[in-house]
Amino acid sequence: MAELIAKSPCEGLLPIECGGVTLSELPSMPITSVMAHKGREKALSQALKDAHGMALPQPNRMTGREGARAVWFGQGQVMLIGPVPNAALAEHAAVTDQSDAWATVRLEGAGCEDVLARLVPLDLRRHRFKRGHAARSQLQHMNVSLARVGDNAFLIMAFRSMASTLVHDLETAMKGVAARLSS
Amino acid sequence: MRLTCPICGERDRREFYYVGDAVLLRRPDPEASDVVWDDYLHNRDNPAGETRDLWYHEAGCAGWIVVTRNTLTHEVIATELASKVSEAQA
Repeated sequence: MAELIAKSPCEGLLPIECGGVTLSELPSMPITSVMAHKGREKALSQALKDAHGMALPQPNRMTGREGARAVWFGQGQVMLIGPVPNAALAEHAAVTDQSDAWATVRLEGAGCEDVLARLVPLDLRRHRFKRGHAARSQLQHMNVSLARVGDNAFLIMAFRSMASTLVHDLETAMKGVAARLSS
Repeated sequence: MRLTCPICGERDRREFYYVGDAVLLRRPDPEASDVVWDDYLHNRDNPAGETRDLWYHEAGCAGWIVVTRNTLTHEVIATELASKVSEAQA
C-alpha cells in the first residue's frame, strides 16, 4: 500500500516575519465542529465544562486557553480546537472531525491590527475586538474565522484549500504595512 | 450599505448574499392550487418604498435574515432572523 506523507496546510509557506509582525502556522491538533442539538445548549456547555474545562462560547466569543479553545464559528456552531473531544459531547451535539479541513495561523506583533485592517471589513481595534472575541467574516474574498488570542495576536482560520491564498494575502498586507513604517 | 445581522452586529454588505423577496417564507400548502403556487414562485411586487427581502449572511454566521428597507431612501429599517419570523408565522 502507498505510504501517504502527512503535510500541514501551510507547509513550506510559514513562518514568515515582516515589519515586526510574524505569521506562523499552529501545530497540527484536533479540530472538531460541535453543533448543539435543538435546546441542548446548556447541557452541552456543562459537558464541555466537565470534560474540557470551558463553557460553550456565546456568539462572537471564544472560551478556553492556549492549546484548548472553543471558538464560536457561526449560527449554532462551535469549533473545539486542541483537545480530543470527549464522547459525552455527542450526547448533546453533532460532533464532526474537521482536523484536516482548516488552515490555522497566528498573526502576531504590534502591527497586526494594521495588517488586518487592509483585509477584513471589521473594526478589530483592541478596545472594540477584545481578547476572547471571535468573528466570522472575510479576508479579501475568503471566508474566515478570526479570534483575538492576545493583545497583539489573532487566530485566523480559512479552508485548507485556501491556505496559500491566505498566506499570500496576509504576506502582501504585512509587506505593505512594513513599507509604510520604514518610509 | 451596511446591514445589522441579529447575531453578528452591523456588517458590511459584501458579507451578505441577496436571496429575494421575504414572501418566500410564506410557502403555500402543498395541495394549494396551481394559481397560488404560480403566484408564490413567479410573481413579485416591485415597490418604490418599503420592502422586505431575505439576505443570507454568507461570510458571517450563515444566518438567513429578513431585512426591511426602503428602496427610495436606502434606509434599513429592521433586521430579524428568518427562523424567528418563520416560527412566529407558524
